[in-house]
Amino acid sequence: MSFLLQCPRCGPRDVNEFVYAGEVSLRPKRSPTLEELTAYVYLRRNVAGIQREWWFHRFGCELWFQAERDTRTNEVLTTELVDSNRQL
Amino acid sequence: MRLPPQPQERVNRERSLAFLFEGEPVQAFEGDTIASALFASGRRIFSRSFKYHRPRGLLCCSGHCPNCLVEVDGVPTVRACMEPARQGAQVKAQNVLGSLDRDLMSVVDKIGGPFLPVGFYYRTMMRPRRAWPLYERFLRSAAGLGRIDKHGKRTHRFDTEHRRAEVLVIGGGSSGLAAAHEAADAGRQVVLVDDGLAEVGPAPFEVLSPARAIGIYEGGLVPVDAGNVLYRFRAERIVVATGTIEQPLLFPGNDLVGVMLSGGARRLIDRWSLRPGERAVVLAAGGEAIAVDLRRAGTEIGRVFEIGDQAPKEIVARGRKGRLSSVAVDGEKVECDLLVMSGGRQPAYSLLAQAGARIEYDPARGIFVPRALPAGVEAAGSVTGERGPVVHPAPAYSGKGKCFVCICEDVTRKDVQRALAEGFDSIELAKRYTAVTMGPCQGRLCHLPSIRLFAGETGRGLGALGTTTARPPWAPVSLGLLAGRGHEPARRTSIHHRHEELGARMMWTGDWRRVHSYGDPAAEVRAVHEAVGVIDVSTLGKLLVRGPDAVAFLERLYPNRFADLRVGRVRYGVLGTDAGRIMDDGTIGRLAEEELYVTTTSTGAEVVFEWFQWWNAVWGFDVEVANLTGALAAVNVAGPRARELVGQLTSLDCSAEAFKYLDAKRAQVGGVPCLALRIGFVGELGYELHFPSSYGEYLWDTLLERGADLGIRPFGLEAQRILRLEKQHIIVGQDTDSESNTLDANMAWMVKLDKDDFVGKWALEHMHERGARERLVGFEMENGAVPAEGGQIVVDGRPAGRVTSARHSEALGKAIGLAWVPPELAEEGARIQIRVDGRLEQASVRLRPFYDPEGERVRS
Repeated sequence: MSFLLQCPRCGPRDVNEFVYAGEVSLRPKRSPTLEELTAYVYLRRNVAGIQREWWFHRFGCELWFQAERDTRTNEVLTTELVDSNRQL
Repeated sequence: MRLPPQPQERVNRERSLAFLFEGEPVQAFEGDTIASALFASGRRIFSRSFKYHRPRGLLCCSGHCPNCLVEVDGVPTVRACMEPARQGAQVKAQNVLGSLDRDLMSVVDKIGGPFLPVGFYYRTMMRPRRAWPLYERFLRSAAGLGRIDKHGKRTHRFDTEHRRAEVLVIGGGSSGLAAAHEAADAGRQVVLVDDGLAEVGPAPFEVLSPARAIGIYEGGLVPVDAGNVLYRFRAERIVVATGTIEQPLLFPGNDLVGVMLSGGARRLIDRWSLRPGERAVVLAAGGEAIAVDLRRAGTEIGRVFEIGDQAPKEIVARGRKGRLSSVAVDGEKVECDLLVMSGGRQPAYSLLAQAGARIEYDPARGIFVPRALPAGVEAAGSVTGERGPVVHPAPAYSGKGKCFVCICEDVTRKDVQRALAEGFDSIELAKRYTAVTMGPCQGRLCHLPSIRLFAGETGRGLGALGTTTARPPWAPVSLGLLAGRGHEPARRTSIHHRHEELGARMMWTGDWRRVHSYGDPAAEVRAVHEAVGVIDVSTLGKLLVRGPDAVAFLERLYPNRFADLRVGRVRYGVLGTDAGRIMDDGTIGRLAEEELYVTTTSTGAEVVFEWFQWWNAVWGFDVEVANLTGALAAVNVAGPRARELVGQLTSLDCSAEAFKYLDAKRAQVGGVPCLALRIGFVGELGYELHFPSSYGEYLWDTLLERGADLGIRPFGLEAQRILRLEKQHIIVGQDTDSESNTLDANMAWMVKLDKDDFVGKWALEHMHERGARERLVGFEMENGAVPAEGGQIVVDGRPAGRVTSARHSEALGKAIGLAWVPPELAEEGARIQIRVDGRLEQASVRLRPFYDPEGERVRS
C-alpha cells in the first residue's frame, strides 16, 4: 500500500500516516436479536468495489473521518468528516 | 597494463591508491572501480558461479550481471564493476572454498551435473528422513552467495526521507538528460536519478548519482536507493529513461572467462583504458564497428561473425581451466582469448511494467516493448523500444557442452528442456521451477533469452508466451536501507532517571520503560504493608473529558453508571466492545459537573483515546477529549503511613473523614499542584497523585526525603503485582484476554443493564441470559508450589481452565493466583488441580480477596 489519502483537515498524505479502521457498519438501534447482533459485531460485507470506511489520522492530526475507496484499485473517491446527525 | 590515455578515460593517472584483494595489495588509479583495477592487475577470474562453481570473469561491466560480485569491507555481494576503488578497502572473493583460481567446490561442475539437475532439491535428499539435518547443514552452507557476519554490529546509519518532485527522471543517459533539461527549462522542479554509469555533469536541476530507483509502486511512489538514504519520491511526472540492456547469446561455453558483451568490452577500453583481450572473435550484428574499437585497443581480431536470422547455426566456445581458448562457428575454429558478443538490446522496461504499462512482444524488432503507459508516467529514449539496431539471434546455438540461459542461477539449456519435459510449460511456472530470472541480475540478461529459448523449444510464438511479472526491487538494495534507521521507540517517565540512579531493574510495558523492582520486591511489598511505599505510575493513560455531554458520553462508553457520581468522587470502570469483551480498565473521577478525569492502563492510553474519539465521531456528543498522558506524571503513595506522609506535605485535611476512600481532591502536595485520588489498587491506604510532568523528579525526591523517617521504599511492578494479587485485583490483558467479558470476570456489579444503551450492552444481555461459560476466581495452593502463568487447570484428568497470575505472597505465607475455571467450580473452597512442572498440585478456589477481605485497610 502506498497510495495517498486526502485528510479532510491536512490534505493529501501518505497512507502510512493513517490507520484503517474497517468498513462503516450500521449499529443496531435497539435490542437486536442475537442474529442481528452477531451480524453487526462479526460480519463484514468485504466488497470488491467501492466501500465506505473509517480512517484515523494517527500520525497526523488525530482526526476520524470516512472515505469511499475502491477496494480493487485503492482509488480513493472521497474523504469527509462524519455528519454525526446522520444516523449510522 | 594500461593503454595510452583514451578520450573518455575516467581514471586520474596522477593519483594512485591501493586496496587489498584476498589479502594482496592491488594498485589502482583514482576513478577506477574495483573491477577495473583488478583487471588492470591481470586478474581475469572474478567469481565462482552459484551452483557449479565455474570460474566467471567480467561480462557486462555495467552492474547487470552476477560475475563480479565480491565482498567489500565485510559487505557481501557488491558489484565490483560499479564499486569505486577506495584506498585500503578489503576486498574478498565470495562463494569459493579455497581460492578463486582453485575452488574446491568446482568439483560440482565436473561430476555433479547429472546428479544436480534443475529442481534437484525438491526430489533428492528426502530419504532417510533422519538424515535431513545432515543434508540441511550441507545445503545451507553450499547455498547462497556471500556470507554475512552474524555477529556484525550496525556500522552506519540508514535513513528514509520523503521527497517530492514535479518531474522525476530515472536514467541519466542522453534521453533522460534531454527530458530533464527540457522540464527544467520550462521551470519545473526536476530530480534526475542515475546509477552512476552516465556522466552527468553540472546541471540546472538536482542530480542523485549514484542512486537507483528500486521500483514504481502504487500511487506513483518511487523509492530511490542513494546509498545510506532511501528517498521515497512522489512526483507529478515520472520519466523513465532506463535505456536498454545488451543481451547475451546462448551457445555452449557462453559463460567462459573471456566471453564479454560488447558494451563491457567497450567500457573497459573507453573508461579504464584497458585492453579486454589479446585476440578476439566478434559475434554480433554490426560486428565490424566493435572490431574497430577493439583494434584501437590493440586487440588482434581473429574473426568477425555477423549474427542474423539464418547464420550461424552452431557456436561452441571451448576453454582451458574455465578460460576461453577458442571458438568454433559452424565448424570454423578460431583461437582467441576474448569473445565479444551481442544478442541485441532489450528495453529495460521493468519500472514501466511495475507502474502499470502493458508489455508486448514486437515481432519486427524481436524484443518486448512497453505499451499503454499509465497517467503521469512517461518513457523516454531507447526504453520505448523504438530505436536501435534490430537483431534476431537464434534462441540457442547448438553444440556440445553447457549452454547457460541464466548465469546467476546456473540454469542451462538442458535444465529448461527438462523443465518443459516435466510439464512446466508456462513461462511463470518454468521461472519458479528453474529459478531463471530470479538471481542477482533479476532477468536483465536472461529474461529475453529464456523466453526466446522457451518459444524455440515449444514451437510457440514469443507473443503467445508472454513475459513474467516484473517486480520490485529493480536494483539490488541492502536490507539495512529498507529497515531504515534503528528505531526502538521507548517512552520514559519524567522520573525515569531517579529509578536508574536507584539501580532499578527496568522492563518493557508496551513502549514504556517501567521499574520491575529496585532489587528486592519482597522488601518492597513489606514496606507497603507495614509502612509506606511509592510507585511511579506516570505511564497510566490520562484523559480529560469535558463538555455538557461528558457524563452522558461516558455512560454510553462504560457499563457503569456515572450520572450519580458526585463531584469529587472516583469510580472504577471497565471498557468493553459491542462484542461484550473487555478492552481496558481504569478510574473515572468527576472533577466538576461537566469535567471527568479518566485513567486507562499503561498500554491502553492511545487505544482508549482513539476509541473515545471514534465513538464521538459517530455520536457527535458535545464533549471534548484531551489526552494528558504525557503532560502529567503520577505516583501512588500507599501503605498504613501514607496519610502521615502526604499529610505532612499538604494543607489538605487528610483525615479519614475529610478525605475518604474514592475521593478526588485538588491539592498542593509539597508545593506541587496535584489531583489526589484515594484509590487502592495495591490494597493499602493510598493516594494517587497526578501532577504536571515537569515536577516529576521534584515531587518524587520530596516524598522519599520526607518519608525516610517513616520507612518509605520505592516499589516497582513486581511488588505491585504481588500486592494487587493479594486483593484479587485484575490486570486487563494479564488476567483477561480478547474473549473475556465483565460478567464472567466477576464484575457484574458494575454492569448496569437497565441503562438505555452502552457499548456492549446487548452482548452482555445475551451473555447474562446464557450464563457464564467460565469464571475468573482466586486460588491458593495447598503445598506452596507456584504454578506458571498460563498453567493448566485440570478437572477429571482433562484441561478445564488456565492460570493467569500466580505469585508467592509473603504476607499470607501462601502461593496464590487467579485462574479461569468452569462456572461450577467458582465456589468458595472448591478443589481444583493445577499442573505445576508436570505434576498435578491441589489448590482451592477463593472468591474473596486473600488480604484484608473486608477492605478495612484500604478504606482506613
